[in-house]
Amino acid sequence: MRTSTATPERSGSDAQAEGYNYAYLDERTKRMLRRALLKAVAIPGHQVPFGSREMPLAYGWGTGGIQVTAAVIGRGDVLKVIDQGSDDTTNAVNIREFFARTTGIATTTRTTEATVIQTRHRIPETPLREGQIMVYQVPQPEPLYKLEPRRAETLGLHAVEEYGLMNVKLYEDIAQWGHVETTSDYPVRVNGRYIASPSPIPAFDNPKMNLMPALQLFGAGREKRLYAIPPYTPVQSLDFEDHPFTVKTQGEACALCGCTTSFLDEIATEDGATLWTCSDTDWCEQQQAIRPTEGEPR
Amino acid sequence: MKPAAGERTPLLQADALCVRFPGDASGREALSQATLELHPGEVLAVVGESGSGKTTLLNCLAGRLAPRSGSVRYRCADGEWVDVHAMPERQRRLLARTEWGFVEQQAAAGLRMGVSAGANIGERLMGLGDRHYAKLRETAQTWMSLVELDAARIDESPRRFSGGMRQRLQIARNLVTRPRLVLMDEPTTGLDVSVQARLLDLIRLLVARMHLSAVVVTHDLGVARLLAHRTLVMREGRIVEHGLTDRVLDDPQHPYTQLLVSSVVTP
Repeated sequence: MRTSTATPERSGSDAQAEGYNYAYLDERTKRMLRRALLKAVAIPGHQVPFGSREMPLAYGWGTGGIQVTAAVIGRGDVLKVIDQGSDDTTNAVNIREFFARTTGIATTTRTTEATVIQTRHRIPETPLREGQIMVYQVPQPEPLYKLEPRRAETLGLHAVEEYGLMNVKLYEDIAQWGHVETTSDYPVRVNGRYIASPSPIPAFDNPKMNLMPALQLFGAGREKRLYAIPPYTPVQSLDFEDHPFTVKTQGEACALCGCTTSFLDEIATEDGATLWTCSDTDWCEQQQAIRPTEGEPR
Repeated sequence: MKPAAGERTPLLQADALCVRFPGDASGREALSQATLELHPGEVLAVVGESGSGKTTLLNCLAGRLAPRSGSVRYRCADGEWVDVHAMPERQRRLLARTEWGFVEQQAAAGLRMGVSAGANIGERLMGLGDRHYAKLRETAQTWMSLVELDAARIDESPRRFSGGMRQRLQIARNLVTRPRLVLMDEPTTGLDVSVQARLLDLIRLLVARMHLSAVVVTHDLGVARLLAHRTLVMREGRIVEHGLTDRVLDDPQHPYTQLLVSSVVTP
């Protein structure tokens, strides 16, 4: 599926599946979604309920993200779908195929060429620019859920900005492990007001959300909640004064491109050794392409 | 322990509180025309049999239960009077975690059983914006020793604490923000007698040392005798007798109080 050409691949544009509305959902559903999205953008980080529809894939596979993408995708858009940073995993391939068939728009694996990027578990390494939309698939939109399972109660906590509870979780981590052990889905404070779940992206990616030029939309299908972070919105990861938030790199270099600054996947090989590679496959290819000219591992 | 001069103004005033539970077809009032005043540094005991409306009164004072009529007014630290039931939710919650404390009958309801003792004590402080881990921990340890818990067990879950220890942890968790008013719902019920005695001693000590005002709901007249300056006797949702604890218990006027006092079992 990886394209080596610079132009976006036009997959199935002539063969848009018949009998389906553009982008699968009917227009009234999309309108409902857009209305909820507008509200979400107006109140950054606030969870907006929406009427989640049954989608042709199981909960947990990105039903929320897919509905958000369907609501915002237009004929001129170029779609990229990643799962754990990779363009060619089952989830990514299926969702990309799904939109290629139901909209007939172009898809790509290049971050720079995409206008809509649906993602699960990662933010691309390539810095995003204005005009791009990130769509996150979110399993649990409520950051307080693990400490306060009552939905009515957490609504109240968000409304009155009573967030002592969130720090209780971080306190507990430090007390038990000596450092904050939350390495993914690390809670953030959006625009100095709402605490939101960044979806299960690694804490490594959290700083990328701060003042990001692209629009970030979050969809949780099973939980029926949407939320958003508009472009250039301050996003802080929660921490303690004496235990500040830090990004931990794995301290290895990618075996394929030599990159040391990207988030790496650990792959076990047959002989028992481990191989580290970039989790963002598009980034890895870019690095491989420029490496010979630079001559040095980055 | 009499209130100091210049503190004649009450801290809390309840005026003609009436509560009727919506599901109650009989139209019976769970609380009827309850009027009381609480002065700074004063401990008020509410006694009565089960179902007499003691806890309903307490919940109503705490703003957890809206009365059908009547009002609860509280004098804030800055001297301003606020109506507990008319003020916005946000302000009430802030008040509840700064100037007030609420000790539940079941410690499990007042504690976060999933997190360590230290986190339980630190929660209110973190809610107020305290973001220094080492200081939070130090405060938690200080409070654990104040309530006679082993400070070395700070990282243990309250699940591993006994009933009496949980109750003491709950008290520490409430007092850490140095509240002015503490509401206690049967704090010693369900504990064995020796643990009860130690807990009562502790509460008496803390209340006096921190100059707290407290409303203690209990069905145990001994608790009232030990802790309270004044006692209020409730029956069927009404306050039937009200006065200094020693007066109420030694010279009960109302027939129900006489019955209550005479039915105490003495070994």
